[in-house]
Amino acid sequence: MTVELLVLLLTAFMFLAALIAVETSDLLSAVICIGAAGFALCVIDLLVGAPDLTFPQVVVEVVTLVLLIRMIMTRQDTSRQTPRDTLRTAVVLAAGGVLLVVAFFAFGGLGAKGSVPPFGQPPMVQSDASLSAQYINGAQRDTGAGNAVMGILMEYRGYDMLGQAALIFAAILGGFVILRKVGRKRGESEDQA
Amino acid sequence: MGIAIYMMAFGLLLVGLYALVAKKNVVRIIIGIAILDYGINLLLVLMGYRHGGSAPILGKGETTAQLAARSVDPLPQVMVLTNIVVELAMVVVVVALAIRIYDRYGTFDMNDIRRLRG
Repeated sequence: MTVELLVLLLTAFMFLAALIAVETSDLLSAVICIGAAGFALCVIDLLVGAPDLTFPQVVVEVVTLVLLIRMIMTRQDTSRQTPRDTLRTAVVLAAGGVLLVVAFFAFGGLGAKGSVPPFGQPPMVQSDASLSAQYINGAQRDTGAGNAVMGILMEYRGYDMLGQAALIFAAILGGFVILRKVGRKRGESEDQA
Repeated sequence: MGIAIYMMAFGLLLVGLYALVAKKNVVRIIIGIAILDYGINLLLVLMGYRHGGSAPILGKGETTAQLAARSVDPLPQVMVLTNIVVELAMVVVVVALAIRIYDRYGTFDMNDIRRLRG
């Protein structure tokens, strides 16, 4: 079995798991389905030559799953079984149909001249002048890293990394601020608090 | 085969969009956000794939030219790595907000949450 076929099967699995997660009536099954889709994504990362992505994805997956299960386990789901919102569903289906058709031809379906490189031939393969080719050729020389992904992440795109650290800090701070129990009462002035 | 894989990734994006727009339960909207993230990660990783390619890690005694001739594209992987961290940060804040909403209104249903109706 080729890698492409395996990836196709796993993407189909992810698609089905996502559909079930959205449509099932039980919230706990929905959360578990979303976890299944995430772990399938980890396997796809491993198959297409991205082991650097697999491990962060697994960690994020487990943390997300624990957070979501913790959130719904102690809380009653009182939502009523409301009839499907036909207008919104129709709008999404129409927008989705347009997106799929445009994407089909932009990605070179039916032998069309696509504006996106075809599957299996990233820009790096087609010309040496592309950014990826320059990065991968210079990574060892410029950064001393044997792993091109880490070389790019930590050295060429170091500011991204700095932004990520700031983002994690801001997210934890935001979570604490939103979840804290004691807050200033309305009408109470600054100096009294 | 390639176009079918891409279409599956786009389908995943669509499912996320559908959950985000048409669902009335806060937990399902969080799930929709997560599905959208998966779709974007999947699409970016797939766009960097090369037929028969392997991980962009330098082997023993290998030159960078040999590495560039066999490896997959490392740049989309870097972008996805950033996105994974952003996803986690976003989920933390959104779950905190949902817990707060439940404490205040006692429900996850948007129809019963007066000030969220839209």
